[in-house]
Amino acid sequence: MSTAELPKRHYLNADYNIWSWLLTTDHKRIGILYMISLTLFFFVGGAAAILFRVELLTPEADLVVSPTYNRLFTLHGVVMVFFFLVPSIPAVLGNFLIPMMIGARDLAFPRLNLLSWYLFMAGGLLAIWAIVRGGVDTGWTFYTPYSTTESNSQVMAMAVGVFVAGFSSILTGLNIIVTTHTMRTQGMTWFRLPLFVWAHYATSIIMVLGTPVLAISLVLIALERGLGIGVFDPKLGGDPLLFQHLFWFYSHPAVYIMILPSMAVVSEIIPCFSRKPIFGYKMIALSSVAIAVLGFLVWGHHMFVSGQSVFAGLIFSFLSMLVAIPSAVKVFNWTATLYKGSISLETPMLYALGFIGLFTLGGLTGLFLATLAVDVHVHDTYFIVAHFHYIMVGGAVMGYLGGIHFWWPKMTGRMYPEWWGRISAVIVFVGFNLTFFPQFVLGYLGMPRRYHIYPEEFQVLNVMSSAGASILGLGYLLPLCYLIWSLKYGKVAGPNPWKATGLEWTTPSPPSTFNFDEPPVVTEPAYNYPPLDDSSLPHETSDPTASTPS
Amino acid sequence: MDTSFRLFPDAASDMADQVDRLYFFLLAVSSFFTLLIFVLIVFFVLKYRRGAKVNRYLTPGKSVLALELTWSLIPLGLTMIMFGWGANLFLKLHDSPPDPIEINVLARRWFWRMQHSNGKREDQALHIPVGQPVKLRMISEDVIHSFYVPAFRVKQDVLPGRYTTLGFEPNKVGTFHLFCAEYCGDNHSGMKGQIIVMEPAEYAEWLQGGPSEAPEVAGKKLFEEYRCASCHTSPVNPRCPPLEGLYGRTVKLTDGRTVIADDDYLRRSIVDPAAEVVAGFQPIMPTFKGQLGEESIFALTAYLKTLEAPTPGAGQAGEAAIGDTPPSDTDSKEADSKEAGPEPAPSRDDEPRLPAAPSLDPPRDPSPPEPPSKENPAS
Ligand code: HEM
Ligand SMILES: [Cu+2]
Repeated sequence: MSTAELPKRHYLNADYNIWSWLLTTDHKRIGILYMISLTLFFFVGGAAAILFRVELLTPEADLVVSPTYNRLFTLHGVVMVFFFLVPSIPAVLGNFLIPMMIGARDLAFPRLNLLSWYLFMAGGLLAIWAIVRGGVDTGWTFYTPYSTTESNSQVMAMAVGVFVAGFSSILTGLNIIVTTHTMRTQGMTWFRLPLFVWAHYATSIIMVLGTPVLAISLVLIALERGLGIGVFDPKLGGDPLLFQHLFWFYSHPAVYIMILPSMAVVSEIIPCFSRKPIFGYKMIALSSVAIAVLGFLVWGHHMFVSGQSVFAGLIFSFLSMLVAIPSAVKVFNWTATLYKGSISLETPMLYALGFIGLFTLGGLTGLFLATLAVDVHVHDTYFIVAHFHYIMVGGAVMGYLGGIHFWWPKMTGRMYPEWWGRISAVIVFVGFNLTFFPQFVLGYLGMPRRYHIYPEEFQVLNVMSSAGASILGLGYLLPLCYLIWSLKYGKVAGPNPWKATGLEWTTPSPPSTFNFDEPPVVTEPAYNYPPLDDSSLPHETSDPTASTPS
Repeated sequence: MDTSFRLFPDAASDMADQVDRLYFFLLAVSSFFTLLIFVLIVFFVLKYRRGAKVNRYLTPGKSVLALELTWSLIPLGLTMIMFGWGANLFLKLHDSPPDPIEINVLARRWFWRMQHSNGKREDQALHIPVGQPVKLRMISEDVIHSFYVPAFRVKQDVLPGRYTTLGFEPNKVGTFHLFCAEYCGDNHSGMKGQIIVMEPAEYAEWLQGGPSEAPEVAGKKLFEEYRCASCHTSPVNPRCPPLEGLYGRTVKLTDGRTVIADDDYLRRSIVDPAAEVVAGFQPIMPTFKGQLGEESIFALTAYLKTLEAPTPGAGQAGEAAIGDTPPSDTDSKEADSKEAGPEPAPSRDDEPRLPAAPSLDPPRDPSPPEPPSKENPAS
């Protein structure tokens, strides 16, 4: 962090007018566009959560009546899943970083990339329009025949919104796959790729294969609502379980769309702040692919009590257990990377360690749900709500925030205020556990999800959860404030403030529009941090040349 | 029901105790790993913090394969135990014990209606005796609901258009929550009730109180009212398959498939007769979809189950029985031994009673008794 000057020309100031942003094909600018829109959606979804959490303070319906409550949790679920979590890391960080990480000037299809942002925005605006027009009360899962026969409101608009946003995700996935295959610079072999790229590659496969199934299910819903064709409604000769199969065939793998990129971020942060190559590089890379593949085989574990056959239940339970193994391997690998490292706890590292804790708990509770007889009891209770928040909020959002902090200097050229960053990481972690841990207990006690009126004996735990939610809310607001502040007042970062390895750190911060003047040549494996001996690493030395034990 | 704060739910069935035991095993395993990871991370972070004077030398090339195998295989073993144990209990849950008390459950937004074997009905509450297996036959009239009794650790979705079943055996007297666990619209969280587990004697007394009409009797009336008998008469009308002794048998269909004549089949044959036509017959039966509510169908099928097969040799058109499983005779016995005959007191049956016209949809139909036909029944 020596000479503190921003580069004169970079991708942010290359052009000033609004069209240069709205018509940009620069992957970095598109990443920023996504970041702004996702932040917006996140706080819309969050506001709904805070509202219904306040409602849940008491066993009666005293803040909102049931139709409003139902629309709130649907709004929260739809926005958080389809308009925040699914695109979050791939669209923001993936977009921004993948070309730089592999030494390319841009993604393979820059215009397609811009188109996916427009599709995403169109989908998002349709969804918002559906809400303004009265809202949807199906839950984000749109279960039939409720969604096709009973739900009163704007299901069509919402389904079209999600459908359109789905295409955005397919295009992003395609772009990433093709980019990874064709745009790697000289010397960037598959096993020299940063794990970030590996995980995004696996994620993209899921996006491209899974999302069309979601799109089909939504089209079928629209057809059944609009034209009365009998696909799902038994009154019309349809099968009510068919929708659940279609839906979960996409939505279970979609959980990995949310979590794999987050694992990817953590796999970058941990080596950097331990100054060590990651432990078991190949195992981590391949386990991402294993998770992506296995993820397609386990959708039926959402349906143990749905009325599917007992035999199907057994098979899905068995396969679900197998997914636990690559996930466990990753956790052990990250932990082992810390061993004999030189560890410093900057904000990204705090988020990454928090991620490991929450993901571990979320993953282990997943085993409860894969275990048939136990799932029968906790299915559709708050145990589920707690579990998926540990994975999706505890996992995916922690990873997202960690990544934003880690690459913030690269994206903006400035540092965020470190002290505030650490405070926010701690507040988020504490608030998160206070919000969601009590929900495991509530779930085992038997409180069903999507209830806003509940028996009195559940109140104490609900109050704890709501209290935690306010802390968590604060934790999420903090970064919003100080990151914006840092745009103007943050310390100038320099090209590589963390002394990290990786091609993106060899560019100026912020990078120029074309990333590299000359295509870089790669000669060494990823995470080639110099070997450490019995003393701490002097802050200045970097430039690794020696090879390291693996 | 105790409404004070607690951290663990009531356990009022054998299943509950067994599920809890498995739950504690899972809890132990996950606590162990959570703690392990937590302790390791904190320990490493403290010991190897930047600037600390510690030995950081890693022996190069030291094999890590053993380590990686260990931490893959141990979790694999543990998850297989979880799978086996959970699957075993799940199979038990789906076993039907001999001689359960059978109760029909109808779900509609937003209430649960229970119908006991003698026809006694109740809403939002289910009375059952302690220590006896209970089997619910459930169906929904609108969207998907889910029958959930936390104290028994059981749950089963209730689907429209198809029966699902749920069995349990309470082992504690008391009052427990019944919830709807599948989101079903505005008043979803109001769709709850109570499970009241009673001593068998009390239960027997409770069951006799109040108006009831045995479903077989109600079913017989419907059978006449809807003129089913105009076709399904005995002695056999050559155009229609006879219904005597049908329940539980294997039926051969026109398209070559065979089905077992269970509750679901009987129900489908009433609401969608054209979908599964018995081999040798024409699809002339009108549909009763929209005319008969699920409760009436419960009653009709209960009646059909009482129709015993005529004794062999009685000139039965060998319609479709190939497997010839004898009809489960528990049902018919039950019907015979029904003491105090049907009480005519009209029970609250709020489904639309349509006029007894055979059908509403004109094109396909048929006033059933039609001139003798050109086509003849098979065999
Ligand atoms: C990134 C952050 C979050 C994500 C991705 C997320 C996601 C979700 C999803 C998908 C649902 C299911 C909705 C449904 O059942 O249809 C849900 C429900 C819920 N969320 Fe969140 N959530 C997030 C943050 C929060 C926060 C901050 C709170 C608390 C303040 C919260 C509280 C809840 C609760 C209580 C429910 C259950 C609603 C119900 O079942 O009635 N969530 N969330
Ligand atoms: Cu319901």
